[in-house]
Amino acid sequence: MIALQKRANPSQLMGYLAPMIALFITVLAGLVLFALLSVPVGAAFHAFFIEPVSSVYGLAELGVKAAPLVMIGVALSIGFRAQVWNIGAEGQLILGAIAGSVVALALYEVDAWYVLPAMMLASLLGGMGWAAVPALLKTRFNVNEILTSLMLTYVAVLLLSWLVAGPMRDPDGFNFPESRLFHDAATLPKILSGTRLHIGALVAIGLVLAGWILLSRTLLGFALKVNGAAPRAASHAGFNQSRLIWIALLMGGGCAGLAGLFEVAGPIGQLLPSISPGYGFTAIIVAFLGRLHPVGVLFAGLIMALSYLGGESAQITLNLPLAVTGVFQGMLLFFLLATDVLIYYSIVWKKPQRVTLQRAIDANSKDQVHEHQEILHR
Amino acid sequence: MPPNSSHLSATAPTAGTSTAPARLVVMENISKAYPGVLANDNVSLSLQAGSIHALLGENGAGKSTLVKILYGLLAPDSGTIHWQGNPVNISAPVVARDLGIAMVFQHFSLFDSLNVLENIALGMGVDANDKLRQRIIEVSTRYGLPLDPERSVYTLSVGTRQRIEIVRCLLQEPQLLIMDEPTSVLTPQEVTELFNTLTVLAEDGMAILYISHKLEEIRTLCSGATILRGGRQVAEADPRKESVASLAALMMGDELPPSSQRRSRVVKKQVFAVSMLNLSAADANGVSLHDINLQVGEGEIVGIAGVAGNGQDELLQVIAGERMATDQKQISLDGRLIGTDDAGRRRQYGLCCVPEERLGHAAVPILSLVENVFLTAHHRKNLRTAGLLSYRRSRKFAQQIIDTFNVKCQGPQALASSLSGGNLQKFIVGREILQSPRALVISQPTWGVDAGAAVAIQKAIADLARQGAGVLLISQDLDELMQVTHRIGALCAGRLSAFYPTRQISIQQVGLLMGGETLTEAPLENAAGENAAGTLGDGP
Repeated sequence: MIALQKRANPSQLMGYLAPMIALFITVLAGLVLFALLSVPVGAAFHAFFIEPVSSVYGLAELGVKAAPLVMIGVALSIGFRAQVWNIGAEGQLILGAIAGSVVALALYEVDAWYVLPAMMLASLLGGMGWAAVPALLKTRFNVNEILTSLMLTYVAVLLLSWLVAGPMRDPDGFNFPESRLFHDAATLPKILSGTRLHIGALVAIGLVLAGWILLSRTLLGFALKVNGAAPRAASHAGFNQSRLIWIALLMGGGCAGLAGLFEVAGPIGQLLPSISPGYGFTAIIVAFLGRLHPVGVLFAGLIMALSYLGGESAQITLNLPLAVTGVFQGMLLFFLLATDVLIYYSIVWKKPQRVTLQRAIDANSKDQVHEHQEILHR
Repeated sequence: MPPNSSHLSATAPTAGTSTAPARLVVMENISKAYPGVLANDNVSLSLQAGSIHALLGENGAGKSTLVKILYGLLAPDSGTIHWQGNPVNISAPVVARDLGIAMVFQHFSLFDSLNVLENIALGMGVDANDKLRQRIIEVSTRYGLPLDPERSVYTLSVGTRQRIEIVRCLLQEPQLLIMDEPTSVLTPQEVTELFNTLTVLAEDGMAILYISHKLEEIRTLCSGATILRGGRQVAEADPRKESVASLAALMMGDELPPSSQRRSRVVKKQVFAVSMLNLSAADANGVSLHDINLQVGEGEIVGIAGVAGNGQDELLQVIAGERMATDQKQISLDGRLIGTDDAGRRRQYGLCCVPEERLGHAAVPILSLVENVFLTAHHRKNLRTAGLLSYRRSRKFAQQIIDTFNVKCQGPQALASSLSGGNLQKFIVGREILQSPRALVISQPTWGVDAGAAVAIQKAIADLARQGAGVLLISQDLDELMQVTHRIGALCAGRLSAFYPTRQISIQQVGLLMGGETLTEAPLENAAGENAAGTLGDGP
């Protein structure tokens, strides 16, 4: 019988290895899936993983997709370190996009340098405002932020649908549920001509560096880490838990909001009923795949961006449904969660044993004897 | 080969003499190695029916390993065990139980939500029926272990919970009962009751193996002792014929430091005070504090005794600033009112704390010692440069703590969770003391810490006070309180007793205070406290 045996110390090696093992199993399982669908495995592999990044345009697209994932992923991973579970980045992204679009449309045809900064500021505030609701409910009434932030995402989706079909609809748009196309001053400058790569990619890299410094060198980052690892130690040190919850959620909301603006002011160019292929949710996977470390998040963001491009490419060349992307992302998260067990446990071969209550108590006592210096009983 | 064990190996197990009762169990030349450590090195142990035998040693001396081998939780690398003259292989606890060996662990395996009867039935794998109820009542009355089978466990005190474990063992009618540090959680009165029970059990012919590092206890209770140090058996002794000092010397070798002298003193200036503090419980399991008043003077060590769960945690939290007092005036430090300031600010002003729980409260297990230094010392030791953490200065301070307090670890980069309890505690105490606080509030500083580390910690606390700081010591260890404090009081159900000079109060009177009683007669100027005090330090 295969059994899991608790390691004396968490394995650092497995910390790095687990995401790679998960990635490997995901690819393997994906290929098995293709085979079961009677799709030629070699062609599918090529379409999904090679073709999207085999041109400059493809690589630029990778950056376009990765930028929002990394921006949100960095902020979420800092929050997750503090055990603040903001699951509603998608909603915060939408609110950021809406707020930025309001400014863009209000300043329609205004050709000035301050248009974009004003839009960015509005999107930051929009995302933070949406995240402030779970923060307030959590700190004031101890409401679980997972539920509130997630539910607010659906509110945000409906709000966006209403706005583009109503107040923000393009007056010359033949009643299509879309806003006007943003004018040039309200559109993001491109980094690479001929592609859609915009300055969001640079902002994402900047956020990676900022997040890295925040977590490793500042008191705030230290406080967030301690709050997540040992909440009582955080209060012992005098870190204000409510303040940390507010900061973690606002940080996530702000970055998501900004990422939302970069979508509508960048690749999309207007406000549509659907502006994100689930970046806010995928960023959760990105954060965990990147081991909640900003640099890890950068790599994880690129991998997840590839899953979007690969899905599109597989759709075009092999007529596979776009849902393949979701399947890959889901498999990756689940395999990652599964392989994470290896950090704390090693796999051993054991003779089967009948588990009785007395044995359980013995085992318990065994553990207790090992840990008896640490455990305080009352 | 240990010097005193030769007579054991010479005795054939079958050669029962007419003078001594037959040996119940004989462990011979037991060795057990862990990677890098020889936990037991040729240790022998022999027990007679009807005797109470002590297994004595510091933490890490190999007591637990030896007992785990006897109870079948560990297999020895070499050595033999004879049970009633026959060689046995105790491969699992179930084998040990079948032979007639029972063990009461330091930490209990009880389900809080079930009642006493159900817990015992579950542990024995039988039905919770009237017959079992009858036997529980029978056994518990016979040995003076009153238990109500219908009470839910969560309503019971720690002492009563221990009784459940003992009764559970006794129901299996063992011939050998192993007790692992049973008194560490009991009040003096409960200890007396336990000792009475154990004496009766021994008179009935049961052998008892009693593991402890409390020397005074062993002297009153045990008729024989095996002393381990560093995995070796260093002596066999009759504790009744030894003094506390001689036992301590055997147990610790030459590590024993000179005894520290405690004297009453005239307090010059008040450092720290709590006045008229009330605090409601944070949750259903918490304790509310009522009308807490206390003052600590310059250079003074004030002790608070009490059984765990009587508000010690709450008191420490509100003093540390983890919870706020309702009014700024309720807590003061050097005349500054700090009742509603947060923990970081209080520390800046010079009030440092060491909570009871090391991992997860005083230190973050998954962070290194360097980062754990930063946790509480960044204000007072100025560990930031331009807003950024200074790893260089944090590492230097961590190294200073490690050197000053002789913390055994792999260096400043070691994870807090990788240190043994005693070493981590030395590190935490050192972290606060080396910040030169004006007042130090410290809870259970030597809980689960080996005797050598305990002495080092107590000495550091005394030195801090000598330099003029005020110390508030919250502890369940009465010996420790009697030994290091100048004044002493007790916390019971969230109320603080009056404080008495430690010299003028006996350990029995402190026991009464811990039970919430007020002393009707004024404490006498006598030496009872001195005599009862001191597992250690009663030097020649």
